[in-house]
Amino acid sequence: MKARRVLLYLVLALGALAAVYPFLWMVGTAFKTLSEANTASLRLFPETWQWGNIAETFRAAPFGRYFLNSLVVSALVCVFVCLTSLMAGYAFARLRFPGRGILFAVTLCSMMVPFEAVFVPNFVLITRLGWYNSYFALIVPWCANAFSIFLMRQAFMSLPEEYYDAARVDGCGHLRFLFRIGVPLVKPMLVTVALFSFLGSYNALLWPLIVTADESMRVVQVGLTSFYSDAGTRLNLLMCASTVVILPTVVLYFLAQRHYVESALGSGIKG
Amino acid sequence: MSFRADAIANLFRGLFRLPDTLLGLLDGLLDRLRRRGLGDAPAAAVLLLPAVLILTAFILVPMGSTFYMSLFGGRHGMGAFVGAGNYLDAMGSRDFRQSLLVTVYYVLGVIPVSMALSFLIAWGLYRIEAFRGFLRSFYFLPYVTSAVAAAMVWLSLFNPQSGVVNLVLGSLGMDAQQWLLEPRGVLHLMSGGAVPASWGPSLALTCIILFDVWHGCGFMIVVFLAGLSAISRELEEAARIDGAEGWRMLWHVILPLLSPTIFFLLIVGVIKAFQAFNSFYALTQGGSMADTQNLILYIYAQFYRYGYWGYAAAVAALLMLAIVILTVIQWRVIERRVHYQ
Repeated sequence: MKARRVLLYLVLALGALAAVYPFLWMVGTAFKTLSEANTASLRLFPETWQWGNIAETFRAAPFGRYFLNSLVVSALVCVFVCLTSLMAGYAFARLRFPGRGILFAVTLCSMMVPFEAVFVPNFVLITRLGWYNSYFALIVPWCANAFSIFLMRQAFMSLPEEYYDAARVDGCGHLRFLFRIGVPLVKPMLVTVALFSFLGSYNALLWPLIVTADESMRVVQVGLTSFYSDAGTRLNLLMCASTVVILPTVVLYFLAQRHYVESALGSGIKG
Repeated sequence: MSFRADAIANLFRGLFRLPDTLLGLLDGLLDRLRRRGLGDAPAAAVLLLPAVLILTAFILVPMGSTFYMSLFGGRHGMGAFVGAGNYLDAMGSRDFRQSLLVTVYYVLGVIPVSMALSFLIAWGLYRIEAFRGFLRSFYFLPYVTSAVAAAMVWLSLFNPQSGVVNLVLGSLGMDAQQWLLEPRGVLHLMSGGAVPASWGPSLALTCIILFDVWHGCGFMIVVFLAGLSAISRELEEAARIDGAEGWRMLWHVILPLLSPTIFFLLIVGVIKAFQAFNSFYALTQGGSMADTQNLILYIYAQFYRYGYWGYAAAVAALLMLAIVILTVIQWRVIERRVHYQ
């Protein structure tokens, strides 16, 4: 029995190692010299850490600009998704109005349609609006999504009725209740929605690839793919760039781990 | 000095109250409308407007206009009306059929492998007490990282000349492989040439499947683990007293109780697998090698590289239709076998 337990731990630890090994290799290679990086070896970490590789990477391609674009776009998408899903989630959970059932069903249906399947007309719309190659194109289409609305609706529905009644008695209207009292009460779910909208936007590739043309409008994911074709032979710099691109999301992950897990659970409780 | 500090504090307090005042004003307006017998409808309209506007403009209307655009020919715009012409072209196109096949191979590879693997890992994590959260956070890590950056690492690890994978194979006395550059079938290579090279998924596609299994498992593990934790201990104990042990316990008690979770992951997983793009694009360098071009990459190439807007819309419409049909089928057929507690 004891031996089986030890074996179980061993297998699980090996699996976890397999999950993170590519990242360890990435960080190790990022700080090797070029010749050391190019020699195939099982040595994970460099003989001497070449911290200068970071500066070199930022010189080799305008990653500073890519980062600025990515952060601006993802931060704004995150804020707007929070706003729209708070408002819509509250309305679906708390307000009685004609057409609520149908509207909510339609919202849920839009969850089934992947953005990848409708990007052609969206591209046409964006160019007609004159938004091609601009922040608007990168931000506006992503400012609302059905899944976040669904999650916020669940959060508001799980609040006890008394909160609403008490606020009503004090003469607090829906909007003030939502933003002044509701937001703190649904904060855990809101953080989850914020994290996932930020990540989704930061990690997106297809849409930025289609609607941006200039290097100055590139986001990090697009920048990284083009960096591969430009500097693919400079393996250490490529890994350094990958490390830099991954870093914000990993930091965010370890800071807010609880919320990631909760969100996965939230998505498991359908209906 | 103190006067100025007060003024600044007042200014800030005023600014801080501004949104509150605005919300109060709006609320007053809505309240007056409510008293006129309109109920909550005005408030709902205000709250729903932004979300509904965006979902309508960028998801719902485009669903319709994808079908509409698919009826026209021309390049970099909408040319002459061709009716079902684009659809007939797609049916007759070898590349389209190939990309459909690649998508099917991919879905049939990714879904069972990652579901089975995630379940086994979650089952293992569920049975240990110490380090559960610690190990889980490592398994979840790949899921939050950018697929593009992770793909750069895989490209280097699987590099035929300088990659670690071939190095390890070599030290074990095995032949080096071309991995992501290998268009020949994986079955062909494994059988030593007995199976024709064009049968089954190519080795390159198999590598992409492995990549996405690695990248996506974390999510499934966490959801499985939550599902397992929700199973009532009493039920498990009762089954144990009735003599269920080991695999029998797993097969006859745990899995049926877990079926809502499995069902959810299956639906979400299939939809996600059909729309896979980032891993394909990054691992093949946006390439249009036939053996690793899935439907989304094919649509992207037809639209972006060749400018066949109507044709791309037609293939996208077919994809949308396929996803909807598959989801409905899964819902209808499998939901009947799902055991809700």
